[in-house]
Amino acid sequence: MGFSMLAPEFIIERNRDRCIDCRVCEKQCSMEAHYYDPDEEKVYSREEKCINCHRCISLCPTRALCIKENPQEFKRNANWSRNSIREIQKQAQTGGILLSGMGNPKPFPIYWDNILLNASQVTNPSIDPLREPMELKTFLGRKPKKLELNQDGSLKTEVPPQLELSMPVMFTAMSFGSISLNASTALAMAAKETDICYNTGEGGLHESLYSYGNWTIIQVASGRFGVYQDYLEAGSGIEIKIGQGAKPGIGGHLPGEKVGEEVASTRMIPKGTDALSPAPHHDIYSIEDLRQLIYALKESTRYKKPVSVKIAAVHNVAAIASGIARAGADIITIDGIRGGTGAAPTRIRDSVGIPVEFALAAVDERLKEEGIRNQVSVVAAGSIRNSGDIVKAVALGADAVYIGTAALVAMGCHLCRKCYTGKCNWGIATQDPWLTKRLNPEIAAERLSNLIIGWDHEFKEMMGGMGINAIESLKGNRHMLRGIGLTNRELEVLGIKLAGE
Amino acid sequence: MRRVKEKYREGNVRIPSGCAVSGIMNRQGKVFSGKEIIKSISLMRDRSNGLGGGFAAYGIYPQYKDHYAFHMLYERESCRAKTEKFFKDNFLVEKAELLPVSKVPSIKEPPSVWRYFLLPREDKYEELQLSQPGFIVRKVMEINSSIKGAYVASSGKDMGAFKGVGFPEDIGEFYNLEDYKGYLWTAHGRFPTNSPGWWGGAHPFTLLNWSVVHNGEISSYGTNLRYLEEFGYECTLQTDTEAAAYLFDLLIRRHKLPMEIACRVLAAPFWEEIDRLPEGPRKFFKNMRIIYGKALLNGPFSIILGCNEAMVAINDRIKLRPLVAAEKGAMLYVSSEEAAIIEVCSNPDKIWVPRGGEPVIGRIEEVEEKWVSAC
Repeated sequence: MGFSMLAPEFIIERNRDRCIDCRVCEKQCSMEAHYYDPDEEKVYSREEKCINCHRCISLCPTRALCIKENPQEFKRNANWSRNSIREIQKQAQTGGILLSGMGNPKPFPIYWDNILLNASQVTNPSIDPLREPMELKTFLGRKPKKLELNQDGSLKTEVPPQLELSMPVMFTAMSFGSISLNASTALAMAAKETDICYNTGEGGLHESLYSYGNWTIIQVASGRFGVYQDYLEAGSGIEIKIGQGAKPGIGGHLPGEKVGEEVASTRMIPKGTDALSPAPHHDIYSIEDLRQLIYALKESTRYKKPVSVKIAAVHNVAAIASGIARAGADIITIDGIRGGTGAAPTRIRDSVGIPVEFALAAVDERLKEEGIRNQVSVVAAGSIRNSGDIVKAVALGADAVYIGTAALVAMGCHLCRKCYTGKCNWGIATQDPWLTKRLNPEIAAERLSNLIIGWDHEFKEMMGGMGINAIESLKGNRHMLRGIGLTNRELEVLGIKLAGE
Repeated sequence: MRRVKEKYREGNVRIPSGCAVSGIMNRQGKVFSGKEIIKSISLMRDRSNGLGGGFAAYGIYPQYKDHYAFHMLYERESCRAKTEKFFKDNFLVEKAELLPVSKVPSIKEPPSVWRYFLLPREDKYEELQLSQPGFIVRKVMEINSSIKGAYVASSGKDMGAFKGVGFPEDIGEFYNLEDYKGYLWTAHGRFPTNSPGWWGGAHPFTLLNWSVVHNGEISSYGTNLRYLEEFGYECTLQTDTEAAAYLFDLLIRRHKLPMEIACRVLAAPFWEEIDRLPEGPRKFFKNMRIIYGKALLNGPFSIILGCNEAMVAINDRIKLRPLVAAEKGAMLYVSSEEAAIIEVCSNPDKIWVPRGGEPVIGRIEEVEEKWVSAC
């Protein structure tokens, strides 16, 4: 490697009193940030390679390691931050597009944190989930406008197919290819265990996961990887991916290095080729084209699966969502600017799209004004971090949320944001068998289930506190929300009052 | 009446309230005076605080059976002029008169209360391609939202609402209810946490022939409101009662659901109960909840719905507010408290506490039962 102007991002501090030169760190690090010097019989570090993924720290038997952000400062400059300078240094060195993994790390406002929830005091009682039933059962799909009965009082109205979830959470689209088969398997197992759904992402469905069909949403994206009849029929729902919050306007890129035997056969592409999804679907250049694809998918699955359309939250999201509803989608998924990704051009991730809170509020409001809100389901995605975010999202108008990053973290991800290198030390965002075997699907599934179960308890406590015992009564219930530290215009778009009002 | 700033007036703010409710009906349609209902509601004086009381009565205008009886509250004379012009433009006005009221010391600065018997002008509702009831609903909403200081207390046929700020027995005296004879009476004593500031917020809330008195604070209000807006309803009062009345109107009049089913929508069975049902009813209630999830009333309530044909009393599904029912011959009684029934019917044939979500429905006998069973 030639001369680089880039100073190491992190410093690895090795406590020599503790280090026993056992070489565990060396073996664990796929980035080769640690090495063994046979002459000195000692382990050393190459700090410029460290990505601060915590793998070595977690496995070091003597806790000899500590990784810190490099305190080396540039000359103070309010305009040129360290990050801006480093990005230029990188591009000047390579001439490439800057790539990033995971969701937006920029200090964009997180509106969830500016929204506070209500609780009952005196005038109506809070409801205790330990003593009373508390219902989180969620149905996603198209709802008829009204219930009709036959002359004899029997049921006339049939409800179109619905996704039935034990609580309003799903694991979002993460393709096999971007994540390992062990990670996909863990998501499928946990979805089954907790009776929610996971989403295959755009990489097809590995044959070993067909048995989890009831808890699966299969995705059809612009690359159409792995799409064939059995795949369409494998899940309980179908999602057309138009866009993704982390990279609105462009398609997914899976480098050939990650396309091994299994990924290739699942995606139905030659081994080792780059899997490039086009930016648009080449059969969808307008809203009426989307309608054709929605109905083509419905026809080919004999109207037995609800069809979702996933879009990135962009400026005109409300009107687009309304069009999607009118085009026949049963579920509309909106992915905000803070949403995660395995790989996205940094500039796009950091500059394109809008926060999901605004998008959700705007979509819910517009659909209501159009008189069609109750007929479709809306799913919000893009950095849902905890059960509080979900309660707020539901009260703002979501029928359910998708979680991606939170699920990865539950499995072991430490948000080092290097998914696109394919060298994930935690065995999640990689296809390298040496690394993927680090992720035990059973253990990861249990951790995922624990997260969902914990959130389920918290959700019920918060909802009961508001005096609500069925999630339907929380949907779009903005009276339960108050804003803090927001401008009038922000409150207006969110459709909520200021705290104290 | 205590003056409150415009911004704290009911309609501009949401005021939580506790309450007493009572309802009495004769299922054979025989009429009786308002004396009994006043007696019943006044026993529960502790449940109100003098900031709201009201009554709904059915069968009181037999001589104008086919006319829409509008009870109007006017804060100023100018509101009356505007409203009466509005009436002339849209209705044939059969009769317009001051509602006879008495002076009651505890009732301060009442609005002027007028009564109109109206028929909608055919050319007007034909022009808008609306049914007569649809036309009435629209016009009532227009008056309430566009003529400031004018409020439609009731607009149904052969019925009327009598309400105001005061203890219910004083309101009854104010409106001379002992002089009216009806076959179905409901009453409400209110305990609002704040001064409503005007008479419109008192119960009963009415729409067409529906009247609703309600005790509780509905925690699903925000959801119900948005759901109703989708169907063109405007909730201007920010009261749960208004939302409940619109939901009944939507479900029964517009969606043509039987009353029992409408009640089941508002206080839906729990999923664990539904899962235990046999196939037919299970599917029925599952579909019902999927379609009408946002019409579920959540949080504590006991509601008495009145209409020309029936009286319906219902509790929230975990019974967070009291509701007692009793029968004596053709008479049906429902109330917040057993004592308020015993006060007017010392020896009922049957007295019981309905379970949460289990409606008590009393029908005028000639009304045919259209709905048989859900399965």
